[in-house]
Amino acid sequence: MNYSIIKRTLGALLIFEAVFLALPLVTAAIYWEEAFFSFLISIALCLGVGKLCMLGKPKKQTIYNKEGFVIVALSWVVLSLFGALPFYFSGVTGSYVDALFETVSGFTTTGATIFPDGATIEALPKSILLWRSFTHWVGGMGVLVFIMAFLPLSGAQNLHMMKAESPGPQVGKLVPKVKQTAKILYLIYSAMTLVQLVILLCGGMPVFDAINAAFATAGTGGFSIKADGFAGYSNFLQVVVTVFMLLFSINFNSYYLISKGKWKDAFTTEVKAFLAIVFTAIALITANLLLNGIIDYGYSFGEAVRHTAFAVASIISTTGFVTENFDLWPAFSRTILVVLMFIGACAGSTGGGMKVSRVIMLSKEASHEVGRILHPKQVKKITMDKRVVDHEIVRSLNAYFTAYVLIFVVSLLLISLDGHDLVTNFTSVAATINNVGPGLALVGPVGSFSFFSDFSKIVYIFDMLAGRLEIFPMLVLFSVNTWKK
Amino acid sequence: MKIIIVGCGRVGQTLAEKLNSDGNDVTVIDMSSSKINEVTAKYDVMGVVGNGATYTVQREAGVDKADLFIAVTNSDELNLLCCVIAKKEGGCATIARLKNPEYSEVTPYLKDELGLAMVINPEYAAAEEIARVLRFPSALLIEPFAKGKVELIKFKLGKESEINNLSVKEVAMKYRSDILICTIERGDEAYIANGDFVFREKDVVSIVASPKNANAFFKKIHYKGNSIKDALIVGGGTITHYLCKILGRSGISLKIIEKDLATCEELSAQWEKISVIHGNGTRKDLLLEEGVEQVDAFVALSDQDEENILLSLFAKEVGKGKLVTRINRTDYDSVINRLDLDTTICPKNITADIIVRYVRAKQNTGGSNVETMYNIIQGKVEASEFIVKENSAIAGVPLKQLQFKENVLIASIFRNRTVLIPHGDDVIQAGDTVVIVTKQLGLQDVRDVLR
Repeated sequence: MNYSIIKRTLGALLIFEAVFLALPLVTAAIYWEEAFFSFLISIALCLGVGKLCMLGKPKKQTIYNKEGFVIVALSWVVLSLFGALPFYFSGVTGSYVDALFETVSGFTTTGATIFPDGATIEALPKSILLWRSFTHWVGGMGVLVFIMAFLPLSGAQNLHMMKAESPGPQVGKLVPKVKQTAKILYLIYSAMTLVQLVILLCGGMPVFDAINAAFATAGTGGFSIKADGFAGYSNFLQVVVTVFMLLFSINFNSYYLISKGKWKDAFTTEVKAFLAIVFTAIALITANLLLNGIIDYGYSFGEAVRHTAFAVASIISTTGFVTENFDLWPAFSRTILVVLMFIGACAGSTGGGMKVSRVIMLSKEASHEVGRILHPKQVKKITMDKRVVDHEIVRSLNAYFTAYVLIFVVSLLLISLDGHDLVTNFTSVAATINNVGPGLALVGPVGSFSFFSDFSKIVYIFDMLAGRLEIFPMLVLFSVNTWKK
Repeated sequence: MKIIIVGCGRVGQTLAEKLNSDGNDVTVIDMSSSKINEVTAKYDVMGVVGNGATYTVQREAGVDKADLFIAVTNSDELNLLCCVIAKKEGGCATIARLKNPEYSEVTPYLKDELGLAMVINPEYAAAEEIARVLRFPSALLIEPFAKGKVELIKFKLGKESEINNLSVKEVAMKYRSDILICTIERGDEAYIANGDFVFREKDVVSIVASPKNANAFFKKIHYKGNSIKDALIVGGGTITHYLCKILGRSGISLKIIEKDLATCEELSAQWEKISVIHGNGTRKDLLLEEGVEQVDAFVALSDQDEENILLSLFAKEVGKGKLVTRINRTDYDSVINRLDLDTTICPKNITADIIVRYVRAKQNTGGSNVETMYNIIQGKVEASEFIVKENSAIAGVPLKQLQFKENVLIASIFRNRTVLIPHGDDVIQAGDTVVIVTKQLGLQDVRDVLR
């Protein structure tokens, strides 16, 4: 294990975090809030520790797979530990665990909050609110990918890190150089965020609200700065956010291909399947609401479609914004939403969940298995977009799924120690491991995670990180063999 | 530059590594996805799985934007097809590796008719290198410089060398030869010669000189390295075939030991004067019987690195001949270098070096003006050939008045078809071709060598 390069990368990360923290610092200065000092101290700590870690040149620059995974996992842990400082110092959260929960929820673009109700959130200092939203934006595309775009980290082998941090079963490069790829990704990401911001401003959203909404949508995060989420904004703004939530949950490779004029290649099986799932879900829930609940809910057809589309986009993109309390919807609709939580967004997007491409491959594998039972000598390869999926990828896909289920079950068991009902427990774990944010029942759209014990919160913190980094980096971190000589 | 490499064999991988570390955008194509995974995990390059001779795969690799297309698969025909299609679809420069001697013979035709920028034959290149070494045995390496007018010669200082414990300055005063001492390798360290550097036993010294002056210098310092009259070659593969061709009229008598009877018959049919022995070249008694103890040079060219190393070490033990050893794998370079094997020949590295040199030259024809680039000490010292332009910072001033950076050496000046070995009083003029030796890898411009 090359400890010196790990230390150095973490140092660089902290210095970048100090730069990120400058944004809320400036905000605090503009509104002249007391939180200014909390940010100042946090920045000083980041810079100090970061510089300390950067001291001395590493003997070896090589990063192998092992180091790549450890760096990614540790980076996210360290990033969150330091990112929680402003929350803690400014006293808006009670304990450090609460502050950490909020930060991890931010960076992993989960959007689950420990602030007990909307009124508390609205009363938070503006700089703190902006930091919450900004963590979504930083975490969405990945902070190490960001660093890679700007720092010459270690030459060739940082593809290992990109693989560990970027979501999806197959992580490829857009152009030959990792650095260039990282730059292109951030360029697309920033451009799309900017476009959304401009449209929101044109739609009449206040500047501060629009900036927060754009950050939180781009990262598919879900922290809202209003007590009633998006319900208070105009229909136009809700539709804009719906569209952008979906756009940010499509594989960014597709946007690169579109920019190169390759429209046909951009619409991969995964993107098509994603859109199909979205439209089917909207149709089913709308029908369910209209048939079962038109009397109970009093929606007109237009309203039903709008609210459904918003909720579906919000959940499948794993954002977690709310216009309506879908916890009150009929069971069928709620169940569809829970299923969408697990499916999640496309690989290579900023969204979470298991990813559409994984679901497709797993289903194909299952159907091939049935075929193999009927015809034991049958040879069948899993293909995606007319390409054979490498055996290695199928194997790691299976391992991912197993680990995912195991972590889910163990978490559920640990959470149940708190004694809440099964729906709350189940959907809270689903909402954190899939980086969605809101679940059902107590953790529903109007609920929060404030009432859980510290122990449960730590379990959720692990789940959110494991979900964002797709399980294995976190498991590597906790494996004894990683740290053996 | 945007470069596409088809084939991730040894040469392909070495090329990917070197071209990538030069800052080029490299995309590799191979049929085997495991090969692609291996390469993309090691180097910062993009991989495409598929048949490099199909347009769809080439398009996916971005042939339309590529500057250079290199085909180094195992099949000559496939390489040619790849290049023809790339040329047609992408309009980029193409390089093909051709192993088959029958194709190499018609190289000019292929280059003209198929529009190839370069055809490279690794075995032929290796054979040329061996031939150079056999003609000048005291050298560990000889490379042509400045259009072949001067050569870079590397040799090792033995125990009884006269210049041990003398400084570079003292050597220059004592022997007054028209040569330039260039670099010194000591263990893993590389030095660029300055006046006060003191030679020690086992140093590997490189000098730049014309062949005539170099010979004179070696005579003056009484360097032991007699000319080679006979050589014993183990292995009758393609390199041996080319070696016979190149050395045919050089006056060196060759003896080849080869296991395969058919190959033996082929060789003896083609080269009357060469004695061909049918037998196992790894058998000690056969080697002794065929005179490994007396021979002037022993060349191990079998396919097995281990075998070659072992045979060379044995030849060293029993004889006094010059050793040439073929090595395919370079990852254990540091171990092999310690074994005292005189000269090792690695076909893939030679091929890669030639292509890298071509790429750098092509790259630099535009912005900067590096003509050719030489690797003097792998990954540590390079020599670059520049044409000095009007108003260049180094022109018109005596060399000793120029403020060079540390570890920079002007190795030769080529003017009016003659080569000058530079001295402090010499003045570089516009239009000269200069060779600059430096530790600063990837030198782009003459100006970069000044403080």
